[in-house]
Amino acid sequence: MTKPEGALTWKDINIGAIVSEPGNASQYRTGDWRSERPIFDSRKCIRCGICYIFCPEGCVGQNAEGYFEADLFYCKGCGICALECWTKAITMVAEEQ
Amino acid sequence: MEKYAVYVPKLVTKKENFAPGHRACIGCGEALAVRLACKALGQSVIIANATGCMEIVSSPLPYTSWRVPWIHTLFENTAAVASGIEAGLKMLMKKGRIAQKDIKVVAMAGDGGTSDIGLQALSGALERGHDFLYLCFDNEAYMNTGIQRSSSTPYGASTTTSPAGKVSIGQVSWKKNMPAIAAAHDIPYVATACPSYPFDLMAKVAKGAQRGPAYVQILSPCPTGWRHAADLTVRMGRLAVETGMFPLYEVENGAYKLTFDFPKLRPVTDYMKLQGRFRHLSEDIITEIQQRVNKEYAKLKEKAS
Amino acid sequence: MSKRVGIEVSLAIGDAVRLANADVIAAYPITPQTHIVEHLAELVANGELDAEYIPVESEHSAMSACLGASAVGARTFTATAGQGLELMHEVLYVASSMRLPVIMAVANRALSAPLSVWGDQSDVMAVRDTGWIQLFVENGQETVDNVLCAFRIGEDPRVLLPVMVHLDGFYLSHVIEAVLFPEQSQVDRFLPPFKHPVPLHPDRPVTMGAFAMPIIYSEAKWAQEVNLEAAKEVIFECWGEFGKLFGRNYSPVEHYRSDDARVLLLTLGGFSETAMTAVDKMRGEGKSVGLVRLRLWRPFPFAEIRQAVKNAEVLIVLDRAISFGGPGGPVCSEVRSALYGEAKKPKVIGFIGGLGGRDITPSGFEEIINRGIEIAQRGSDREFEIFGVRE
Repeated sequence: MTKPEGALTWKDINIGAIVSEPGNASQYRTGDWRSERPIFDSRKCIRCGICYIFCPEGCVGQNAEGYFEADLFYCKGCGICALECWTKAITMVAEEQ
Repeated sequence: MEKYAVYVPKLVTKKENFAPGHRACIGCGEALAVRLACKALGQSVIIANATGCMEIVSSPLPYTSWRVPWIHTLFENTAAVASGIEAGLKMLMKKGRIAQKDIKVVAMAGDGGTSDIGLQALSGALERGHDFLYLCFDNEAYMNTGIQRSSSTPYGASTTTSPAGKVSIGQVSWKKNMPAIAAAHDIPYVATACPSYPFDLMAKVAKGAQRGPAYVQILSPCPTGWRHAADLTVRMGRLAVETGMFPLYEVENGAYKLTFDFPKLRPVTDYMKLQGRFRHLSEDIITEIQQRVNKEYAKLKEKAS
Repeated sequence: MSKRVGIEVSLAIGDAVRLANADVIAAYPITPQTHIVEHLAELVANGELDAEYIPVESEHSAMSACLGASAVGARTFTATAGQGLELMHEVLYVASSMRLPVIMAVANRALSAPLSVWGDQSDVMAVRDTGWIQLFVENGQETVDNVLCAFRIGEDPRVLLPVMVHLDGFYLSHVIEAVLFPEQSQVDRFLPPFKHPVPLHPDRPVTMGAFAMPIIYSEAKWAQEVNLEAAKEVIFECWGEFGKLFGRNYSPVEHYRSDDARVLLLTLGGFSETAMTAVDKMRGEGKSVGLVRLRLWRPFPFAEIRQAVKNAEVLIVLDRAISFGGPGGPVCSEVRSALYGEAKKPKVIGFIGGLGGRDITPSGFEEIINRGIEIAQRGSDREFEIFGVRE
């Protein structure tokens, strides 16, 4: 786990303030941002991958059966996948409290 | 069901070199474009990035969304930094200080960092013929600093420094034709792309990465700045292309080639009415825009024939 | 066997860069640095220097290209002057804070307006805070020696900072001086190849240039400051090594007949050698006068300056740049500030002269020293003295 910025002393800063852990931003839960979440209906999913390709976060992936679903740790609830899905297998619902 | 083999994932690498957890707005077209470009570029790249939306959302110290080597310095010098990287790699390999390896040098910048403040550095790098790929992520304004106009803002769009007002229609100049400027440098490859056409975008990025200098301008719909619903991003890009507001084409060694040759363009209102930045425009201005778009598209078709 | 040649100092710089086997040179011409970049172009064109020569389209791009090259681990060099140094101003901060050891020769030139291509130090003084290691040289030999040292110092893994070597525009860049060039084998022994600890390379992806929110920016800046101050040790070590190998010794503060002097003059750059003539003449007349020359400008040699001037009663500082509306001479104000807390310190009198290539002769220096002594006695209602302006 990367220490958050507030916990770093001046000695902790890498040379030239370089970040040497590639992709460590993936520790940040952008899923907290959303007000709607996508519900994926596997009965309608034809596994084309359009939702996967159009997700700005890159958080849509395949489950064990190959049906697509969003990783809610990252999903910001933009709704692009729901709008673009050819079979209307995705619906946006209000985020529960 | 077995006949419908999994399509997209078979054709596209699963690796996300632009990792989720970045701080782009909900529904960001530019983040999508960068994500797709990274899929086309692969692992053996070095990216020089300008100050802008993508730089800010992807690199808040001590975090980074980048899983490939990446450097950000300033706003206007991306092409110059990329030139230095290209020259450095060349010499280090020539002198045997690092192993021979095909490492692609890629510059990424927004429209402001390209057609305004970054134009000089870009022109210099293209003229000198460095083997690099320049990707301009065009969201048509200085979005990261709060939606100020750039020379890439379309005519009539309302931004904070070209606001629609009692005596102004918003942006009063036509969108600068950056691909034409790039093409005027006689470089091997120039293209326009849009994340709404993901495979086309990836193919063009891959092509540009093969031989440089190459320039690809990628329209990046911005829900925040263009003022449209977050889920309309991909649709917006499609409409931009289908109305001729942002035609997709390539210029290979000076020869123009349209990506899509629409028999008839959709009316520009189909695109503009969905965006708050155009909401104030009168019928007259919209007609003016339609006429100009038709004219420009005809010119493009002429070049491509 | 090293040979002593008569050579224009600009060309000598090119030859020093060739000896250092630089990898990437970004070049944009500006008077009076043009001969440096021209000679380097020639060396590359003839295959005498195996480097990528990038003829960039501005100084801002020159320094930016150097950043990119240095970030992948290439030995990088450029040169500029005056307006060029100002144009690359924002990039200079980036080079030092991102720890990219770019080496740059600056042929110090006056700043517009009015346009002046002639030498003074206003360009240097405008870049004091950029975080670079900065050295001043006074003659051709010092130039060559310190360009070589600059590579070694900047690229040292304990330092990893960019270095500027300042020489007088025209008065040093364009004069022919006798220079003893070291042998290539000697330079190879003195200067190991550059190895950046975390260069940009796909095998080990790093992110350079992340942005810092207020909660972490101060820490990053303090780390940078600590590193620049620690570079002092490495600079002295390098000069020590150089002295052992080549027999020429360099110090952060150079003394000339100053140890027992009651009155001291402090100069930087080429003026120093002229001032020495004046000091000799005045000593001949029995006056207790000496010269102190600042060679290391950044990191500022506080201890060495205090040591050098502690026994003097009057210290006259000659600046070749003016800080408008401020304390006058930048060097004078820094020296004064360095001495402020000392219990025993000389009276510091500031002079500004030699702007825009105006020469100061030995008799001019005599006048400065005499006026300085007078002002130290009777005081002045001015913050500083301007020398040589026709009234």
